[in-house]
Amino acid sequence: MPKILNVRNLGKTYTSGSKKLTVLDAISFELEEGDTFSIVGPSGSGKTTLLGLCAGLDDANSGTIELCGMSLSDMNEDERALLRNKNVGFIFQDFQLLPTLTALENVCVPLELQGDKNANKISIDLLDKVGLANRMDHYPSQLSGGEQQRVALARAFSNSPSILFADEPTGNLDEETGEKVVQLLFDLNKEMGTTLVIVTHDLDLAKKSKHILRLKGGKIIANQSTVQA
Amino acid sequence: MNITSTSKAGTSWLFKMAWRDGKASGKRLLLFMASIILGIAAVVSIQSFSQNLQENIGLQSKALMGADFTIDMEQLPSEKTQAIMDSLGGANGREINFASMVAFKKNGATKLVEVRGIEGGFPFYGTIETKPRAAAKTYQKEGGALVDATTMLQYGVKVGDSVKIGSIIFPITGELLSVPGSGGISASVAPPVIIPYSFIEATGLLQIGSRVEYNYYFIADVGQDLVELNDTVDPILDAEHADMDTHIDTSQRLGRRYENVGKFLNLVAFIALLLGCVGIASSVHIYIKEKLRAVAVLKCIGATRKQTFLIYLIQIAGMGLLGGVIGTALGLLLQQSFPVILQGFLPFQVAISTSFQSIFMGLLLGVFMSVLFALTPLLGTWYVSPLQVLRIQEQRSSKSKKAGLVVLGIIVLFTFLFSLWLLENWKYALSFVVGILITFSVLAGFASLFMKAIKKYFPISWSFTARQSLLNLFRPNNQTMVLILTIGVGAFLISTLYFTKDFLLAKATLESSANTPNIILFDVQTNQKEAVANSITPKGLPILDNIPIVTMRVHSIEGRLANDIRADTTSTINQWILNHEFRVTYRDSLIASETLVGGEWFSKSTTDGPVPISLSDNVARDAQVEVGDAMIFNVQGVLMETVVDNIRTVDWGRLQLNFSIVFPSNVLENAPQFHVLTTHAPDEATSANLQRELVGKFPNVSILDLRQLMSLIEGILDKISWAINFMAFFSILTGVIVLIGSVRNSKYQRIKESVLLRTLGAKSKQILRITALEYLYLGLLGSGLGVLLSLVSSQLLASFVFETPFVPSWVPFLIVMPAITLLVLFIGLSNSRSVLNSPPLEVLRKEGN
Repeated sequence: MPKILNVRNLGKTYTSGSKKLTVLDAISFELEEGDTFSIVGPSGSGKTTLLGLCAGLDDANSGTIELCGMSLSDMNEDERALLRNKNVGFIFQDFQLLPTLTALENVCVPLELQGDKNANKISIDLLDKVGLANRMDHYPSQLSGGEQQRVALARAFSNSPSILFADEPTGNLDEETGEKVVQLLFDLNKEMGTTLVIVTHDLDLAKKSKHILRLKGGKIIANQSTVQA
Repeated sequence: MNITSTSKAGTSWLFKMAWRDGKASGKRLLLFMASIILGIAAVVSIQSFSQNLQENIGLQSKALMGADFTIDMEQLPSEKTQAIMDSLGGANGREINFASMVAFKKNGATKLVEVRGIEGGFPFYGTIETKPRAAAKTYQKEGGALVDATTMLQYGVKVGDSVKIGSIIFPITGELLSVPGSGGISASVAPPVIIPYSFIEATGLLQIGSRVEYNYYFIADVGQDLVELNDTVDPILDAEHADMDTHIDTSQRLGRRYENVGKFLNLVAFIALLLGCVGIASSVHIYIKEKLRAVAVLKCIGATRKQTFLIYLIQIAGMGLLGGVIGTALGLLLQQSFPVILQGFLPFQVAISTSFQSIFMGLLLGVFMSVLFALTPLLGTWYVSPLQVLRIQEQRSSKSKKAGLVVLGIIVLFTFLFSLWLLENWKYALSFVVGILITFSVLAGFASLFMKAIKKYFPISWSFTARQSLLNLFRPNNQTMVLILTIGVGAFLISTLYFTKDFLLAKATLESSANTPNIILFDVQTNQKEAVANSITPKGLPILDNIPIVTMRVHSIEGRLANDIRADTTSTINQWILNHEFRVTYRDSLIASETLVGGEWFSKSTTDGPVPISLSDNVARDAQVEVGDAMIFNVQGVLMETVVDNIRTVDWGRLQLNFSIVFPSNVLENAPQFHVLTTHAPDEATSANLQRELVGKFPNVSILDLRQLMSLIEGILDKISWAINFMAFFSILTGVIVLIGSVRNSKYQRIKESVLLRTLGAKSKQILRITALEYLYLGLLGSGLGVLLSLVSSQLLASFVFETPFVPSWVPFLIVMPAITLLVLFIGLSNSRSVLNSPPLEVLRKEGN
């Protein structure tokens, strides 16, 4: 199977005053297309930093990342933005919907960036799939947390991404709503054949993916496969 | 997969996104729009009016003069002058004019007027407007007088009544509404009265020392080059103490005079526009700061830096264009009111038309200023990292700092070029820009020092609310810098306007006490001196001054004859010195309006050698002489050798008789001379009674009633003050809008903290107190610094631009500073209203997005 994400010897340090803080150290792993992958670990273990680097949101200090066959370190910010637009979807803990756009407009944006003439139709279908057909003209402030995350899901899948990064997707939701969102996430993932990378504290959620990468103090302490139900 | 290809979202998508986002954020940008609208309205109205004024002057120049060109002099034409006039085909009309007292027979009232004796078909362009209309044509034949309409109204005189001018009583055949050659402020002091030329001699008013002007009016041949004619003839006429004026000169002179009015108004408008820019910069700064998270999200899902930058640039430019359109429309409406406001200054009716240049400028300025002043905060969208969706990054890259500096440079350059365009003087423009820069730097420096000082000396022992309000001033997301800059610059510009207005008006304030003359009698002949004094003193009125005046002209300077200096094209001696008939007095001491700046006061003997004289500094400068230099004067045919003994500065602004040249006593006593007497009349009735008697007995004596002049000047000052206040209102209104905008925008910075405190159990009173104290500190510091800085700028303006002493007014300290502080406090507190009146979650949902 072709590799969609290939991380080699990745390192990231931050400087605070005269102190150097190593957040990630010698991280290596790879993912095949269609894989589901969870990154778990305690707070401050470097999970979110790893996700940001893999998605090309930040630059590493050492090591290499190949996303969709492209080396991120060889690309400038705009090229990485285009790569994300074509191949990457995102889901965040705090939803990150554009507050001045309606639910439908939020879902349309990635498609509109690609110049897709059917942006509206595809977005309406996706909102219908996540059960928000009747709320598409509402602004984020008029939606509940669960509804906002479902809009975020629709937006994340709107450009049919090859890979989807989810940062604590249920972190801001109650258990029941969280479960529904997770179910939706895995259903859409299965339907579209997307590779899924989830950063989470929730071990139950992590166990739903094929692989779990455990981090502690910026280092990998385990990279294991799970037994799928 | 081709990643390097560009995004397929086209320009239309950028506009769509700008519109989507803008319509949801419109409310927050309303005040931003208001700042642009007011600034543009001020500039467009003034620009458009100035242009109309210039066009009108150009169009009406012949009508303003009444002829194509004139030759004028203060004495009858010399043979050479007459020959020149004959060679030009002879004058088509002529006039003698002088100031004189007239008396209205009906009620005995007297008035200083400008008597104009006219002969021939003058005016050849424009008209003498009278009521009844026919009077303008019949007064010559009927031997009647046309009297200024306002004067007639003032003195209750009607057509059919009579007026005594010198020894002749004229029937008033018409009310004079307008006449070429009279107008503006001078016509208010000595309004025109027209009589036939042939009667002038008979009035008996032409005596020694009478200041008379002889005007000869000409119609040019078709196609005659008036500029060339003027260049050829004027220097020859100069030597004969005559002067040629063409209608082109009149138009240029008028243009220059009203250009200054226009320049002042332009400056006021520019201040309004600058305040608008401060409003733009501060509201966009806070607006964009809030948008950075959304920009990061857009970048995260694939938008490029250029796309995100352009979305907000389009939004701001769109708002600027809309503001420009509304501001331009408002400005065009406003300019309609200008002729009414400036009525007192203008010599003619100004026809208002739409100036397309002003419309274009208004629209362009709207977009350009908005974009330029929004660029610094807009750059934030370019440099924000998509990583911000995962965590807040406060660090600014060195690249973004460099770009910020470039934008700052462009802003400074623009401000300089724009003020240069308005002021047409690079020194003033540069000073203006440097002044603004210093103000910004001082304000920013103080804001930064203030934050550091609080941090370092933080009063730990203070109460919770007092500590929280102080914490708000320097912790992350603080608004100290932006608000102190906005409030400070607003207060600075507003109080500079106040200070300037005050000292300009104070400059013209007239002193009045029993020892200050308020009636001045001119042209008193030597043989009349005692008789005039005897008419005054029996009434219990004092003779305060008895000033002798001798007329003379410059014959030579440092051995060079005036005619040789005139002929020398390389000479830099000012021509007016050579052509002017000086009115000179003699006395042995300095007077209150004079200060010695060179030499000593008449130290030399007046009996041996040349006579020591005293020159005012402007005459010494223009004649290019220093203490010890020799000058010869022609004192009515007798040459008198003199030496410059000392040089004085003279406060010409004082309402008293000042002289450019003063001789010592015991030199000119026997020269032909006339006198100026002054007295103080305690009330209007005494003054009227005295004037009536003097005009009856001594018709050649002109009486200037300073009380009347004072009320006239006060009237004019009121008009100036009205115009200044009217325009200052714009600047102040813009300033207030900017303040409201900035403080209102800061609401979104503070709302989450307030809600959190509320959630944690803070009482309404505590939240209110924290907010009130924070805004009180900001208001006091910003407005206090602004007013103090304006004190410095006003002092500089007074010294270098208006050359007048500066006595600071208390208004900015007592009204501007507290008013701005209270305004800031009020808006700040109203921001917290929603937090206090609604449940925390509801507030967050409503305001947080």
